[in-house]
Amino acid sequence: MPLVLALEQAYAAAKADDTFGAELAGYLTSYVGRPSPLYFASRLSAHHGARIWLKREELNHTGSHKINNCMGQILLARRMGKTRIIAETGAGQHGVATATACALFGLPCVVYMGAVDVERQAPNVLRMRLLGAEVRPVESGSATLKDAMNEALRDWVANVSDTYYLIGSAAGPHPYPAMVRDFQTIIGREARAQILEAGARLPDALVACVGGGSNAIGLFHPFLADDGVRLFGVEAAGEGMDSGHHAAALAGGRPGVLHGAHSYLLQDDDGQILEAHSISAGLDYPGIGPEHAWLRDVGRARYLTATDEEALDAFALCARLEGIVPALESAHALAKLPEVAAEVGKDGVVVLCLSGRGDKDLAAVAPRLEGRR
Amino acid sequence: MTVARIEARFTALAREGRAAFTPYVVAGDPDAETSWRILEGLPAAGADLIELGLPFSDPMADGPAIQRGAARALAAGMTTEGVLALARRFRRGDSTTPIVLMGYYNPILNFGPTAFAAAAAEAGVDGLIMVDVPPEESAPLADALDAHDLALIRLATPTTDAARLVIIARRTRGFVYFVSVTGVTGVKEADAGAIEAQVKRARAACALPVAVGFGIKTPDRAAEVAKIADAVVVGSVLVEEISTAIALKRDPVPKILDTVAAMAHAVRSARAGG
Repeated sequence: MPLVLALEQAYAAAKADDTFGAELAGYLTSYVGRPSPLYFASRLSAHHGARIWLKREELNHTGSHKINNCMGQILLARRMGKTRIIAETGAGQHGVATATACALFGLPCVVYMGAVDVERQAPNVLRMRLLGAEVRPVESGSATLKDAMNEALRDWVANVSDTYYLIGSAAGPHPYPAMVRDFQTIIGREARAQILEAGARLPDALVACVGGGSNAIGLFHPFLADDGVRLFGVEAAGEGMDSGHHAAALAGGRPGVLHGAHSYLLQDDDGQILEAHSISAGLDYPGIGPEHAWLRDVGRARYLTATDEEALDAFALCARLEGIVPALESAHALAKLPEVAAEVGKDGVVVLCLSGRGDKDLAAVAPRLEGRR
Repeated sequence: MTVARIEARFTALAREGRAAFTPYVVAGDPDAETSWRILEGLPAAGADLIELGLPFSDPMADGPAIQRGAARALAAGMTTEGVLALARRFRRGDSTTPIVLMGYYNPILNFGPTAFAAAAAEAGVDGLIMVDVPPEESAPLADALDAHDLALIRLATPTTDAARLVIIARRTRGFVYFVSVTGVTGVKEADAGAIEAQVKRARAACALPVAVGFGIKTPDRAAEVAKIADAVVVGSVLVEEISTAIALKRDPVPKILDTVAAMAHAVRSARAGG
């Protein structure tokens, strides 16, 4: 606890300090390449029957929204005088973003990654190593994201004095879910200003994929008070909700406690955490950020599920219709556009967070797409 | 009995002028029946208190040895009910050795803290150590345990400052568990010199006995800690014996009880020997 209390204090001080905000804004502009465009996807719009806009987070430096949070937290780590950075990663997007930020500031970086994920996300492992990070494969448990997080927590408590734990998702102990959300709200703040400028009205719906839920909460949060804006999160249904092989903590889990957060969890009858399953390593987490659990329980946001197959279809469709290869994570959000479009109608305005690009997924996806021809 | 059983044991040992030896084993490791044979043999081997681990799928505060033990226990079908059944069976033959369960919150939350406290008290359990429930979040659990006179035993670490020690002591009963290293179980080796100052700080913050654990691997180190603390906890070394026995296709019970006896002897003779 003392370490998270110290972090909470340091973050509160940084948040109140204008120079911190200005420094972060500077890096987001000149290094990350923000603002990211809000793009009207005309062919996807025609296909689905709604006015669909894509928030192009995949165009950020390192290819996903993860860098938004990493830049914020690395500046915080420096303020705190920490000299070593650790992180967990699933798909490797957060690991790459962390390794990048560490290279930028010359800080040693250790990334914990489930051994299964090291296998299926090889290009990102190479990128992290090229950036100077040490990637430590985690063999324990299910050897995926939750186990990487366990191992990072073990490292942190053993090296509290010099080490900063840079969590990538809106999960983990307080203040992480709130802090990660704050750093990711740049997505929603920009999108809100951009859509108002483009259409002079608020959107009817927002759509984002949800694993831990950082890109979704970043998009949703600045619109929470706008009652007319419907919020849709999309969880990974893996091989189908009935198969038992999925990663949908809200649709298929119960409230519980893991990694210092009280939220919905995939668990068995005895409260043991179950392994999550998804074609997308970035959604392969048995929990979900606690703020999403709250948004669902109060009825402000709705959470849908997309199977591996639906995500693959959407992945291919987006590539063909828009010339954009989305990350498999983002493809889960794209997969639910038919449902969302049906609800808002053809004049309805939808903003979807295209959270990452899919280059990292090509090797994993190719055999599955080939196999269906 | 419950908290009273823990207090009675510490009072008796204080009269003898020695620390309590407290072995930790994972309930159901490597299977329910072998685990029972270990548990049954612990008092005769020299255990003054017993810490019985509740196996969890994601033991964040544990090093590789106890991670493997928990995984073995779960693979062999151990459940929260199963752990309580082991305690109940033990209590039929031993009414004086305190049993403290140690684990993570989700299985307890899943069971229901109130129902769990009732079931644990009925099974003859005396206290509970929850690794991942900080004082800030522990009121519902503390209330449930208090209602059945079970001890909620809190952890303090080298990073716990004086102000926080007071918070930790507030609703802690039975004893305070002092984690002797920064880190997880069974990896770093405790430094007796550093422990002494920390145990003194813990004693200053509360009137309870202070147990020291995480990183005590040898009888010599156990003896050193026994001169300073009120209880010495040894876990990973014992759980590792099970891994070794499995690798060698041997019965783990005799070896683990031998190790307990060696550690207990070191603790018992520590202060007498000077």
